[in-house]
Amino acid sequence: MASTTATAAEGRPREEAPRAKGTLYRGDLGMWSWVAHRITGVLTFFFLFVHVLDTALVRVSPNAYDTVINTYKHPLMIVFELGLLAAVLFHAFNGIRVMLVDFWSRGPRLQRPMLWTVLVLWLVLIIPAAISMIARAATELFGG
Amino acid sequence: MTAPTTNASTETADLPSDAPPIPEGSTMVTVKIERYNPEVDDDLHWESYRIPALPSDRVLNLLHYIKWYIDGTLTFRRSCAHGVCGSDAMRINGVNRLACKVLMKDMFAKKGETTITVEPIKGLPVEKDLLVNMEPFFEAYKAIKPYLVATGNDPTRERIQSVAERERFDDTTKCILCAACTTSCPVYWSEGSYFGPAAIVNAHRFIFDSRDEAAEERLDILNDIDGVWRCRTTFNCTDACPRGIQVTKAIQEVKRALMFRRR
Repeated sequence: MASTTATAAEGRPREEAPRAKGTLYRGDLGMWSWVAHRITGVLTFFFLFVHVLDTALVRVSPNAYDTVINTYKHPLMIVFELGLLAAVLFHAFNGIRVMLVDFWSRGPRLQRPMLWTVLVLWLVLIIPAAISMIARAATELFGG
Repeated sequence: MTAPTTNASTETADLPSDAPPIPEGSTMVTVKIERYNPEVDDDLHWESYRIPALPSDRVLNLLHYIKWYIDGTLTFRRSCAHGVCGSDAMRINGVNRLACKVLMKDMFAKKGETTITVEPIKGLPVEKDLLVNMEPFFEAYKAIKPYLVATGNDPTRERIQSVAERERFDDTTKCILCAACTTSCPVYWSEGSYFGPAAIVNAHRFIFDSRDEAAEERLDILNDIDGVWRCRTTFNCTDACPRGIQVTKAIQEVKRALMFRRR
């Protein structure tokens, strides 16, 4: 009894029904902290990956290792160093927040104050670090 | 008859002649709705309607206005219209809300024209306009056995429970199964097989009920790969719940029960 006209009249089968994509979901602050946690996690992983590679170079040849490490001493590497610090610091503090949400009975209720605490701690540590690192790089680049 | 919808975003220039007179104190607002008619459309598309709104209107009233006076084909669910039945969950200005609980006075733009976007809830197949197929949602709900399981003879009068014992799961008794939480969850959007917050909330309601005897069974079900461990504590569900249930907290309590209560 199956006919092609019947399926056309019934419209498309359920499995093919579209799902709403629409606009960006304007989720809770917790959603954005989760997004940031993932991004900083991946960034940290990439650093570790590169770090394992450059350290492994010592086994290949100490000279190659020295060359690579010397390129890291370039003042412009400060951008990566600062980025790494920012990523690790956020990931560490937010990781503690996530653990408190998981294991502390009052955690879920205090997730937002805890996120603000994470951000304040992060800023308190990252601003002086950024100032001193950028100042050092500037002196090296432009002479002091 | 209204003209068949096209894929182009259309704006109704004037209100229809049979529309009721614009009440005093109302403001013209633009309602942008993501629409889909499976009989004529290939995909979802936006349509805009410029209609009057009173500060005391709910978003649901605006949808009624469009359906009754501009385009009768606009499809959405609603039953009680008072935030109890949970049928009109939709995405309003980017977040899941019940259309009957969002007051227009909270929606007016501080400056300039007010635009309100209305979309179907995410992660479930769209049947037509704002109406989605809720079957996957209810399947997850049924899977956690959302009913009292007790053995032995039934008591002659009632199953006695202390005030403290009742209080233990009070928060999760408030669920109206509107799916606002489940469809606000980023994990649910991408992992179609995740039980979702609503199913876990309803499992919590029985797991922590002193009269129920199937807590271990429900914990086993939720210990599955698609169970509570999928939760990434984004708190979207807690923010979306129209009944103010601490959804994430309930999920975390189930996680902790799995870790510490069982041997």
